[in-house]
Amino acid sequence: MTFLHLFLTFFKIGLFTFGGGYAMLPLIGEEVAAHQWISSRELIDFIAVSESTPGPFAVNISTFIGRVTAGILGSFCATLGVVLPSFLVILVISKFYEKFRDSRLVKGAMTGLRPAVIGLIASALVSLGLEIFMPEGSAFDSVIDLIPLAIFLAMSVFSFLKKNPILVIVMSALIGVACGYGFGL
Amino acid sequence: MNKKAELFLTFGKIGLFTFGGGYAMIPLIQKEVVENKKWMSNDDLLDLVAIAESTPGPIAVNAATFIGNKVAGFFGAACATCGVVLPSFLIIVIISYVFEAFKELKAVKYAFWGIRAGVLALILNALWTLFRQAKKDVISIAIMLLSFLAVVIFGVNAIIVIVSAALLGIVSSRIRRDEK
Repeated sequence: MTFLHLFLTFFKIGLFTFGGGYAMLPLIGEEVAAHQWISSRELIDFIAVSESTPGPFAVNISTFIGRVTAGILGSFCATLGVVLPSFLVILVISKFYEKFRDSRLVKGAMTGLRPAVIGLIASALVSLGLEIFMPEGSAFDSVIDLIPLAIFLAMSVFSFLKKNPILVIVMSALIGVACGYGFGL
Repeated sequence: MNKKAELFLTFGKIGLFTFGGGYAMIPLIQKEVVENKKWMSNDDLLDLVAIAESTPGPIAVNAATFIGNKVAGFFGAACATCGVVLPSFLIIVIISYVFEAFKELKAVKYAFWGIRAGVLALILNALWTLFRQAKKDVISIAIMLLSFLAVVIFGVNAIIVIVSAALLGIVSSRIRRDEK
């Protein structure tokens, strides 16, 4: 059952994600929380790994969640699910793609979808941020709680100046290790 | 070489050498598909980007299916899509085992403690890039805010937000057209 569930859930995610990549996060977050497949903290870890490995982000994260939830067959089901809607939709559209491209209906829908995706990614950022900066509601009782916030601010400035996701992840990891041992957590 | 095998290998290479997916893949597709294999022109590529944007799912998969289908029909599309997915799939399966084996180590825990905060910065950066490129008329800004608030404050399902935004876009662009 888990296999079918993984397939159907990721099919739904694939079908309703426009703009790829991060646009998928709010949907994945909702589904993963509803099924309790992984914790939201694990989800963030998977996002980090998916960012620093090659290939489409959506495929990476689906494979990861599927594998951890239900083994290799689980990863296969999740990945097939996330890929299939695009595959089928494109096959259909490529038959009459000039009509599709010039369609007023599609253009109209896109004027609504583009800004909605931005709002959705912002909402994912807020819910993941709450999880990271205030774990179990403990809001900043010690200096240690401020370290993630400091890393976030520093890396935001860095990635604004120089777009290199892998470098951001490596530096954040090093700061995490240094602070972890330094403060004897 | 057989067209289908060629599609599989070309898209395997594209999948293996793109980090971050999505638009990061376009320059590589241009080099391999337009310049090397001459399967399509630069104009076709622009069309493809427009179509990938307005259809659901990962852009990489949209592109692979579209080009595969154009070059060698249904099975061409299947080969190109398998090619673009397979490297990620194999790499992530291996990494997920490594991750599980090491995640209880103290150093790894500390590393991911830092990485989680770094990932937020990456998401913020992606958000900023999208916002900078976006249209900022009244309706667009209103849709951004409404979808954000709907999810964060009222816990509305993301699919409902997406469907409503698409409908709102259709209605508002029709009204704008009628006004002209």
